[in-house]
Amino acid sequence: MTISSLIDTPSELTDSASSKTAIVLMTRVRLARNLAGQSFPGWAKPPQREQILATCRAAVAATPQMKRSLNVGIGDLGDLERQILVERHLISRELSGAKGGAGVVISRDQAFSVMVNEEDHLRLQVLRAGFNLRKAWQAINELDSALEESLDFAFSPTLGYLTACPTNLGTGMRASAMMHLPALVISSQMEKIVRAVNQLGMVVRGLFGEGSDASGSIFQISNQTTLGESEEDIIKRLSAVLQSIVEHELNAREKLLEADAGKLLDKIGRAYGILQNSHLLSSSEAMNLLSLIRLGVDLGSFAPDSRCMIDRLFIEAQPGHLQHAQKGEFEPGQRDVLRAARLRAEFANFTRPDFAFGHRPAAGQN
Amino acid sequence: MANPLKCDLCSKPATVHLTQIVNNKVHKVDLCEACAQAKGVTDPSGFSLADLLLKASLNPEPETPAGMRCEKCGFTQADFKKHGRFGCPVCYEAFNGLVEPMLENMHNGTAHAGKIPVRALERKSLYDRLTKLEFDLTEAIKSERYEDAARTRDEINQVKQAFTQQPAR
Repeated sequence: MTISSLIDTPSELTDSASSKTAIVLMTRVRLARNLAGQSFPGWAKPPQREQILATCRAAVAATPQMKRSLNVGIGDLGDLERQILVERHLISRELSGAKGGAGVVISRDQAFSVMVNEEDHLRLQVLRAGFNLRKAWQAINELDSALEESLDFAFSPTLGYLTACPTNLGTGMRASAMMHLPALVISSQMEKIVRAVNQLGMVVRGLFGEGSDASGSIFQISNQTTLGESEEDIIKRLSAVLQSIVEHELNAREKLLEADAGKLLDKIGRAYGILQNSHLLSSSEAMNLLSLIRLGVDLGSFAPDSRCMIDRLFIEAQPGHLQHAQKGEFEPGQRDVLRAARLRAEFANFTRPDFAFGHRPAAGQN
Repeated sequence: MANPLKCDLCSKPATVHLTQIVNNKVHKVDLCEACAQAKGVTDPSGFSLADLLLKASLNPEPETPAGMRCEKCGFTQADFKKHGRFGCPVCYEAFNGLVEPMLENMHNGTAHAGKIPVRALERKSLYDRLTKLEFDLTEAIKSERYEDAARTRDEINQVKQAFTQQPAR
């Protein structure tokens, strides 16, 4: 598979079948693995890195999960291609900035991706739409076991899988969910939530991981500790935290509607108006407007099947995707023009909001 | 923490007091305003107490010889201070004294309780067995114990067969 055919194929994230869940957009499980007897990528000399890269790329590509996958060195990708992979959460910003001796293997359906020579020799990841941590863990566990047939991983009976950073020791597993929490943001409860989640040993980050902002009210919540518990126990604990955040978000929505429905409807109506008519839209403004439309879908102002279009636009309004669609590189100012044009076109025939929530799903759904 | 009135990082008077419970274990950090700002404590989204504790625990020099060094990859304690990452898997043995106290604050336990790479460990134990048998064989031949040698050779063949019988999925 080539990078351009991968980019033109819908990803797990932008798949139309995926966006059935209102609050948890997607779940992801990542495993850190290293080869026994080899220096970690940050310490290995360039020839050793190249050798590790070749070994790992071949082993990963040979697994059944990676049949007809995209298998590339990071240096073989252009800036824009790398940016698109970051925006699809298929590679990290760190790997995208690597000079050489690093690479990635991505499955045809873009559910699996394995980064080679990022912070660890191998970073295996699986993305699943919706709230599906257990299935995601099963899937990545199978890929890991398949790799184990041909690779000897650095492992200690007491410390578990050995990783470059001691914060990943043990399971090497980071499980996370991408959550859309607009009502908690609007009612200024996010700070409280972040603190509570931290106290439970979990971390809250923005859409693109460490140090990124939470535009579009999208947050990533993941486990902080990796040693001392089994993968299943970590996932159970994280699932419980996520479930309780979902409930808080739903409560916050009800409260906003009770307290001042007009204020919320005003936000949704304005977002619709701007998306249909604006001529300049920055990435973060676009994200925030799309977030309000998505909230509108959840509340029943728009048809439920429009949610997948919004989720697709969350990705396609990002700078890399936008420029790729226009086949060129553009200055941020020009991008804002292009983004607004793109969204005007997408929303031109989008049904007007129903302010009586006529599309509201039956109670009990989330 | 010895003196709750002093900043854990620079010993100035502490005005910011943080408590985080990581799975029933209470961790406390006291900071002066400048250090709290610098560590991003005031911005809850970017702040993780574990990161801070990791660095704080390094601050009063752990009781390990300063010249500690990994024999395998040449990584030193100073390198770890600089990068916050280790050089190779063997570093965890070399820097055991440094790692152990860190883990308690960092994780929800200090012993691995998750997945074990069973296949790879099996492979390793077969490999170790084979190495030992081959050594035994050479020794037996050297000392002209031919019956032992024949038996060892049969065992080697069995182990080699076990190797190839490992199903490649």
